[in-house]
Amino acid sequence: MPEPAPDRGKGDPHAVLRFIVRRLLQLVPILLGLSVLLFAWLRALPGGPAQAALGERATPEAIARYNELFGLDQPIWVQYLRFLGRAVQLDFGTSSRTGRTVTTEFLERMPGTVELTLFAMVFAVGVGIPLGYLAARKHGNWLDSTAVVGSLLGVAIPVFFLAYLLRLLFAVELGWLPGSGRQEVRIDATHITNFYVLDGLLTREWDAAWDALLHLVLPGLALGTIPLAIIVRITRASVLDVVNEDYVRTANAKGLSADTVRRRHVIRNALLPVSTTIGLQTGLLLSGAVLTESVFAFGGIGSAIYDAIFTRDFAVLQGFILMLAVIYVLVNLLVDISYGLLDPRVRVR
Amino acid sequence: MSIEAMPPESGLRTDVPVLEVEDLSVTFVRRGEQPTRAVDEVSFSVAAGETIGLVGESGCGKSVTSLAVMGLLPRRGVQVGGSVRLGGTELLGASDRTLRRLRGSEMAMVFQDPLSSLNPTVPIGTQVTEVLAEHRGLGKKEATAEAAELLDRVGIPDPTRRLKEYPHQLSGGMRQRALIAMALACSPRLLIADEPTTALDVTIQAQILELLRELVVDTGTALVMITHDLGVVAGLCDRVHVMYAGKVIETADRHDLFARPRQPYTGGLLASVPRLDAGRGVPLTPIRGSARDAIPWAEGCAFAPRCDNAQDDCLTEVAGSTVPLEYDGPGRELRCRHPLTYPPSPTGATSSGSTASGAGR
Repeated sequence: MPEPAPDRGKGDPHAVLRFIVRRLLQLVPILLGLSVLLFAWLRALPGGPAQAALGERATPEAIARYNELFGLDQPIWVQYLRFLGRAVQLDFGTSSRTGRTVTTEFLERMPGTVELTLFAMVFAVGVGIPLGYLAARKHGNWLDSTAVVGSLLGVAIPVFFLAYLLRLLFAVELGWLPGSGRQEVRIDATHITNFYVLDGLLTREWDAAWDALLHLVLPGLALGTIPLAIIVRITRASVLDVVNEDYVRTANAKGLSADTVRRRHVIRNALLPVSTTIGLQTGLLLSGAVLTESVFAFGGIGSAIYDAIFTRDFAVLQGFILMLAVIYVLVNLLVDISYGLLDPRVRVR
Repeated sequence: MSIEAMPPESGLRTDVPVLEVEDLSVTFVRRGEQPTRAVDEVSFSVAAGETIGLVGESGCGKSVTSLAVMGLLPRRGVQVGGSVRLGGTELLGASDRTLRRLRGSEMAMVFQDPLSSLNPTVPIGTQVTEVLAEHRGLGKKEATAEAAELLDRVGIPDPTRRLKEYPHQLSGGMRQRALIAMALACSPRLLIADEPTTALDVTIQAQILELLRELVVDTGTALVMITHDLGVVAGLCDRVHVMYAGKVIETADRHDLFARPRQPYTGGLLASVPRLDAGRGVPLTPIRGSARDAIPWAEGCAFAPRCDNAQDDCLTEVAGSTVPLEYDGPGRELRCRHPLTYPPSPTGATSSGSTASGAGR
């Protein structure tokens, strides 16, 4: 009497591992291609690092000496191969602006951007999901309309404009929150990891941790606005879809409490597309927020790239952008893996 | 798991039919649109151990009727009138709390598409045990053991393994069995099956129907079968209500209905069933037109534009005089001015021999 069972799902236990390895191998061509493009693009920029470092009136001799010092007098393909040879050993050279190694600069700057990203995403997710859910449940009333219009505004408003506005209002006029930097200089904080909030907690310098956190608020809000707006819209649309699904009707037909239906059958499924968005937005923010970080003079990746472009700091640009590409790909990989954990249907077979 | 959800205190009577539906009407109201009456003064009742069929084409209101009984229609934009009593308790206008207590425990429903009716991200086991936890307050361990028993009872092999699997890992037939297991978890008095076999292969259909029949016999559950498939009706239902454009147009026992359909629509439905004993190349006999051709009942008979027997008096000129549902012999009711008649019948006011002979055999 029973029909034959399809025997799916019990696949190869190494499938996930092989999926990860395959994705990591894809990094190789991505990074090679990106490095060629970067190299060509940087050298096509008007004015070189020598000009930027030595000024408009530098003598040709000085420029030649500078170029020789940094190997910029070699043919471009020699420069590229040298760069590549060192890059595989994680040596991206020295910043022409600060004289420190690119890796050191990166390790100093990245924690700031990570902190800022986490703050912005916690804000965006913490406000966005409840707001999107409520908007969907109150479909058509004032809250819904406000959320829809608000999220449109959130996507449309230029980040630097919002950043200036927040800084002007809360830092300059009202003086409630710090408007620049990552920490007050007068706080003599010890830095172990360069995650300032974490450092403060590790060294039990509570005032330093609190101060670093306050410095995250304004840039974090500015940076989190676009992800917030996107999360509100996607959550709302997704909940509206899911509440009309047959399985939600089944759950109601089973007489489950409204709370169980909401938790297990609506929210769980509605958050699937939202989780992808969260992952992608996090990846984007980690690549550095040039505009926001510049407005708040926040010492992260974004402001470092901004400075490097103006000083034609080739080494920093090449190194930072390649490392960001690696991070971006890893975050995407993480998103794909977590999606498999959340949705049994897409688990690797 | 609330305390008052325990079965003995359901407050339902056993001296009345399990389900009594009286003059049930459902109207969909949308802003800026003409209200649509999907169900129009439908009445029927089901006793314990009895199976009734609600039969009709898509859009005739049979599914809406079942959702109205279960209280699953959206609250906004829907007007429900009449009376629905489960064991003597009025359900229309009952609180959400009362309805949730009764749904799943005293009345349950099996839906048409088993894949979309199961939550894709929750294991089958949880989807069964959550009913047991909600209505019978079972703990996790007890509920899992009971769920395995339920799956076994509905014919799912290796139930302990299946409990851990997700809907997409089960075959269509097994999914429907799992849904039936969930519906039966608390031994409901009333089970509504809305086209439970439509999405399944023919061989699996027969198995599912057999399973439902056994359940009715074993447990004395009252079963409402909603279907457009007259084969299902013939195999399962004691009484049949044929619906057209939101109204019941003919009610009869299964045998009477198949032997002597009176409404030309019923006759057409029976005649349009493909027959194995018909010669090759013999064309099927459809009912002409489509359900969209229905006219408002207020003008007489909604089926008139598609009816071979229709005459001038089927459409009244006085608005608001619907052809009434009337007594038509023992156990039968009929809404028709010119019904099909049969040779032995002494009256034979109108001739309709050709359609009837095709259908009546």
